[in-house]
Amino acid sequence: MSQLDFEKPILELEGKIAELRHVSGGSEVNIADEISRMQAKAARLLEQAYGKLTPAQKVQIARHQERPHFKDYIEKLIDDFTPLAGDRAFAEDYALPGGLGRFKGYPCVIIGHEKGHDTESRIKHNFGMARPEGYRKAQRLLSMASHFQLPVITLVDTAGAYPGRGAEERGQSEAIAKSIESCLRADVPIISIIVGEGGSGGAIAIAVADRVYMLEHSIYSVISPEGCASILWRSATHAEEAATALKLTAQDLKALDLIDGIIDEPVGGAHRHKDQTIANVGKTIEAALAELTPWDTNSLKQARRSKFLAYGRNFQA
Amino acid sequence: MNWLTDFIRPRIRSLVPQKEVPDNLWTKCPSCEGMLFHRDLDEALNVCYHCGHHMRITVKKRLGMLFDNGTYETLELPKVPFDPLKFKDRKKYADRLRDAQAKTNLKEAITLAKGTICGQKTVIAAFNFSFMGGSMGAGVGEAIVRAAEEAVASGSALVVIPSSGGARMQEGMLSLVQMPRSIIAVEMVKEARLPYIVLLTDPTTGGVSASFAMVGDIHLAEPGAMIGFAGRRVIEETVREVLPENFQTAEYLLEHGIVDQVVPRAELPETIGRILGLLMDKSACCSDTGKTKKTRKTGTAQA
Ligand SMILES: [Zn+2]
Repeated sequence: MSQLDFEKPILELEGKIAELRHVSGGSEVNIADEISRMQAKAARLLEQAYGKLTPAQKVQIARHQERPHFKDYIEKLIDDFTPLAGDRAFAEDYALPGGLGRFKGYPCVIIGHEKGHDTESRIKHNFGMARPEGYRKAQRLLSMASHFQLPVITLVDTAGAYPGRGAEERGQSEAIAKSIESCLRADVPIISIIVGEGGSGGAIAIAVADRVYMLEHSIYSVISPEGCASILWRSATHAEEAATALKLTAQDLKALDLIDGIIDEPVGGAHRHKDQTIANVGKTIEAALAELTPWDTNSLKQARRSKFLAYGRNFQA
Repeated sequence: MNWLTDFIRPRIRSLVPQKEVPDNLWTKCPSCEGMLFHRDLDEALNVCYHCGHHMRITVKKRLGMLFDNGTYETLELPKVPFDPLKFKDRKKYADRLRDAQAKTNLKEAITLAKGTICGQKTVIAAFNFSFMGGSMGAGVGEAIVRAAEEAVASGSALVVIPSSGGARMQEGMLSLVQMPRSIIAVEMVKEARLPYIVLLTDPTTGGVSASFAMVGDIHLAEPGAMIGFAGRRVIEETVREVLPENFQTAEYLLEHGIVDQVVPRAELPETIGRILGLLMDKSACCSDTGKTKKTRKTGTAQA
């Protein structure tokens, strides 16, 4: 799924432009004109398509394989990154890497889902679906962050926690619940960014934060639209309707006051503009950190609780 | 990929058709197929007296059997927005909610009550599975917060009894945030050093199991209860793993270190009471509570 169906005409046009460029090789002016005309058209189409994305299209974009991943954010935003592995009990979970590093010079703890970027790495990272060990490592890193008073940055990008026999036997539910508890108990600021897919319990396990932001075309949902459709509509073919009904887009969730802000993606999405997107995320984290620093441990935790307790209370009944 | 609540539908389907018709005096045990006379079954707290299979029990009966002398006070449920997303699938969520309310004569999938268990002050939050599969939305989450506040204010223990397929997806993200919200509730009780006991009943799955249900000081479970994060069918279909027959049962979880005890229903009042006494009653002599325990009536009838 590296192509989005609604982008097809744009991709075709972009292909033609590339071809023309290739054949033109310094010939007549009218080809250059033609190219710039087509480029303008492609840009216009892109703008049109991205100006009126449906929730279902956003689901596709949020899952796009070319979107920047945890690894890309670390490379661009974090210096001295020092990965820390393992839950000290059973295993390392490559679906949920984490470690120490410096953000704009400031030492912090970073935790996030990694889906992988090619077949081999996707398998290694279990497609970003963490097992209990991942969530137990998150607990460990959250308490280390408190101990050393380092702010925590989490990057959410998962279809959900892994559904498997071993995961169940080793207490997937308990691991997620305790990860949420660890977030609530953390004595340091936590900033969470939904960068791609925020898939249910496996996502919120590391997103109980003082600030929760979503990238413009990311999604955050209690259940996948396919799953929701197959239960409520009795057929996964209704996933588009489910995507709309679930109100899972950044725009919907901001309107419902369930997130703190939306981070812009350049026209054409994060999968076309990795660097710009990552830079935007960096700016948001920087601003949030400035807002939350310095912190008083007790009022910080109290504010985090109040923030989550307020969810839904201000809705009109 | 739908491991949160995928299993609710099949379970509801398999459970709802059981006849609750009063003029049919006999019920067939779904496990051993033995015939059960309704009055005997009622007396046995809905546990098959041939094979010990634990069938679901109404919240009213549950509260009646747990609280001393079957007496308790129910607490009003907090007000929450009705159908916050204006959600509609093949049917409007608003209609589903109203139907559930009419069918169960309850406002939400949870009931709050307070009283004493073996003399120890206790607030119970019990899920009603018959109300939309016991699913957790804002109403349920807010009720758990309310229960915790009441426990802290009155110096009571908190006992939560989940019976739920997971999050209520018709409330979208508002249902997902009930996971941290319910854990905040538990944190309040823990900070007050009051006991928080989870009694896991059939089923406890999805977002409910991955939140307040797994952070108890003590985890008790009823025999045979299905407890897990992902539904069995989801695991079989998406990961294609072979699963043992007793996978995700209370007994299986006991073996894997996730619950403290599997307790037959009839022994629950005594077990919970004893634990609460051990955690709350620091006086050296507990012979009094021992007596209370022996003489207490299980008031199923008057509840
Ligand atoms: Zn039986």
